[in-house]
Amino acid sequence: MAVIDERRLREVALTADEYRVIVERLKRPPNEVELGMLGVLWSEHCSYKSSRALLRRLPSTGANVLQGPGENAGAIGIGEGWAVVFKVESHNHPSAIEPFQGAATGVGGIIRDVIAMGARPIALLDSLRFGPLPASSHHVDGVVAGIGGYGNCIGIATVGGEVYFEDCYAQNPLVNAMCVGLVRVEHLMRARAEGKGNSILLVGADTGRDGIHGASFASLELDETSSERRPAVQVGNPFLEKCLLEACMDLSQTDAVLAIQDLGAAGLTSSVAECAGRVAGAGATIDVAKVPRRERGMTPYQVMLSESQERMLVVVQRGREAEVEQIFAAWDLTSAVIGEVTDDSHLTIFDGWDQVARLPVQLLTDGAPPRRLVGVARATRPAPDLSSVPPLVDPGATLLRLLASPNLSSRRGIFRRYDHMVGAATVVQPGGDAAVLRVKGTRLGLAVTTDCNSRYCHLDPHVGAQLAVAEAARNIIATGARPIGATDCLNLANPDKPEVYWELEETISGLAQACRFLEIPIVSGNVSLYNEAPGDAAIYPTPVVGMVGLLDDYRRALGAGLRAEGDFVLLVGSSHNDMGGSEFMKVEHGIVQGPPPALDLSRERAVQHLVLAAAQHGYLHSAHDCAEGGMLIALAECCMIGGIGVRCPGLRPEAPLRLDAAFFGESPSRFIVSVPSRAMPEVQSLARRNNVELSLLGLAGGGFLELEGQFKLSLSEMRQAWEGAVG
Amino acid sequence: MRFGVVVFPGTWSDRDCGWVVSQVLGAELSYLWHKDADLKGCDCVILPGGFAYGDYLRTGAIARFAPVMDKISEFADRGGLVWGICNGFQILCEAGLLPGALIRNASLEFRCLWTNLMVERTDLAFTSKCEERDVLRIPISHGEGNFFADPATLSRLEQRGQVVFRYCDPSGRVVPGANPNGSVHNIAGIVNARGNVLGMMPHPERCAETELGGTDGLKLFKSVAASALKVLVS
Repeated sequence: MAVIDERRLREVALTADEYRVIVERLKRPPNEVELGMLGVLWSEHCSYKSSRALLRRLPSTGANVLQGPGENAGAIGIGEGWAVVFKVESHNHPSAIEPFQGAATGVGGIIRDVIAMGARPIALLDSLRFGPLPASSHHVDGVVAGIGGYGNCIGIATVGGEVYFEDCYAQNPLVNAMCVGLVRVEHLMRARAEGKGNSILLVGADTGRDGIHGASFASLELDETSSERRPAVQVGNPFLEKCLLEACMDLSQTDAVLAIQDLGAAGLTSSVAECAGRVAGAGATIDVAKVPRRERGMTPYQVMLSESQERMLVVVQRGREAEVEQIFAAWDLTSAVIGEVTDDSHLTIFDGWDQVARLPVQLLTDGAPPRRLVGVARATRPAPDLSSVPPLVDPGATLLRLLASPNLSSRRGIFRRYDHMVGAATVVQPGGDAAVLRVKGTRLGLAVTTDCNSRYCHLDPHVGAQLAVAEAARNIIATGARPIGATDCLNLANPDKPEVYWELEETISGLAQACRFLEIPIVSGNVSLYNEAPGDAAIYPTPVVGMVGLLDDYRRALGAGLRAEGDFVLLVGSSHNDMGGSEFMKVEHGIVQGPPPALDLSRERAVQHLVLAAAQHGYLHSAHDCAEGGMLIALAECCMIGGIGVRCPGLRPEAPLRLDAAFFGESPSRFIVSVPSRAMPEVQSLARRNNVELSLLGLAGGGFLELEGQFKLSLSEMRQAWEGAVG
Repeated sequence: MRFGVVVFPGTWSDRDCGWVVSQVLGAELSYLWHKDADLKGCDCVILPGGFAYGDYLRTGAIARFAPVMDKISEFADRGGLVWGICNGFQILCEAGLLPGALIRNASLEFRCLWTNLMVERTDLAFTSKCEERDVLRIPISHGEGNFFADPATLSRLEQRGQVVFRYCDPSGRVVPGANPNGSVHNIAGIVNARGNVLGMMPHPERCAETELGGTDGLKLFKSVAASALKVLVS
């Protein structure tokens, strides 16, 4: 066993055991460059060594799935020759240290993943978690400005996402960005380094010293020294990426391009290794001396590990490099042939004539020994004692307080800072359930959303993950679209702790079960572990689910807001005393306890089928998912978004359903829909056929939300409460 | 009628404008590349929204030096129709084709939202299809759309009736609450003295179809298409 300085191993985030495996496999100690390359590719961020075995449980196949996990992004055929390409990814640690650039480069990175598939990005979504306001406002302001700064400049509509505030994110905010793109099926690219002798081009930005060891940084817990790692946070240049995007779109004019690969975490090392690793027996040689640089004196080690942004790798047929270089030159972008594809299954790095590293591709991409971690189940969270919760006295006042709570208030203050209309495709704008974008030149529409209530996941990671899938699907269905695929970003704390590893296991099994049941394949994803800071600051397990749905005719897309006076306003689905983890219990009683709302997947599916069928038949004027804050919050949102009130007879639930649970409980599998009177018989018969409970809440009309004998609030009064809290 | 849509590196409304021109309006369309000093025989040149050259230094400050801009200036001098939208407005101000400047929004934040615009000129090629005192609902999307001009320039603009659009409330009242960015006199769009160069911050190309929330923007495209003004371009 070769002797190596422990400090050096820590720098590259490898363990002594892992080092031993490397020496055994190479039959020699690795040199400095090789050690650095292995360190980044064996980091949790790149190798998924703690989660890989579990991730195989997720369903990723389906009739229309064109590309599942393992590529830059997933792809699903949507008909008329089009494919939708999408993926969600985290940029948590950089955003904790430098919120603006961390968030901006997170957006830039996920956009390149979609471009690498040959697709034109059409939409961005951002799932954000922060500590409580106002203490976390510097995180919020920086992250929102960073997302807007990048997305607005590059000209891709930011149409959705979520924001939640919980204590556990105070030191470790989460920034997950999702990008959705469109490509003609025949132009769908895959990043495979095929054909010995073909050229490898590096295009886009010059390479600097920024972001070295970013992937390793993402695989450690945040600590007091984390801010010293600010140099590991990259700086984004959205203008350059816009040029890169257009040039890559122009590449479809030539058939000389065999593969496009994003340079993300671990830079050149990972992009070359991944490209070669996807083809059996393939290897590559790279000459770092040919890499265009922005700084002098960079070592081969630094060139191979740099995470400079806005760079792509392009594999081009030998002899046709000039065609491709010309396309990039038109956009004033640098491109350089830096190496070629080989058939020796090794990645060989030269610096001019000197060989500086030579490693088996397989050792880089799949060599990291899986970590056998043990999960220990946490005790079940006891149910809150509802008998000690005082009865609801003034539901109107409670409603106003909840509307003003940061987790339920309007997100307008945030999404008005994002360009959500560029592309002239946004048919249903942000602020409701899912956003809907049209596929230009067709009648097809795409509904997109992200979802996760991490408080539920904290209380029960298995059920919480299922609830995240169910809610994302309801958001899609509320627009009249049918869910076709999902992407997931699993944000958890340090899996070396048995309880956290158990959370990871439970999260994945919950996701897998719900996606299988609802027949929604997960075609791409990302895992972000070690989200914790010193002290007792592990984050709640936060499996963010990004979902895409398809509408046959975007002109029939539904919004959440009421549309016409006189419509019947109905609650679809049944309500129970589901108070655990609810916003009501936290805001009104300070209790975060108990099991999360119980989810019955068959009920969920029946309710979803009913609403989707009613929407597709054109029976509905609007539909809204009933989620956090419960029925009254959802009803208030329907009124405020649509600008129409509702008159309801007093609502007095039958025992054992409590009044507070009926109004503010968070039973899943419910929607609020509005139905014109002529369509009522059809909707009722659909409900009977699906065996789903349907209750009439009231009639749309006027400028008040009124429950006779209980409260009467004007829309402006509610808006004042709703719109003041965030942004 | 042939529309030309200018493409700078960093422009992003080019495709949206092109879509309205070719797919909604059904007019002829050419994209004009920033490096080419050639207007391809267009009757109306659109400078679309985006971040030309990244808007580094200052919005529009670099774009005004592009080869295509010399041709556009000549074209404007000969009376050709030039229409700057958002970033295009910023570039026209930098190029001296329109007076004033667009500075950072008063909120110091980017704003993407629907606005209402009072139409104050209907005798222009750009607005001939609008009614007198029409209120158009057109969205904005910018961080630097706060129109500013010194008092002398401002009174000249007002006296000569060069203010074409003003932010107003839905009923047409020009009030401070309807101003999304702090522009002086609620100015959303102005025209040059000759009436052939229009700059506006709102995005009419984003509301030319019912499905996108309104068709008020199409009125402007239709106006241009209907204008009989044709200019020979060398």
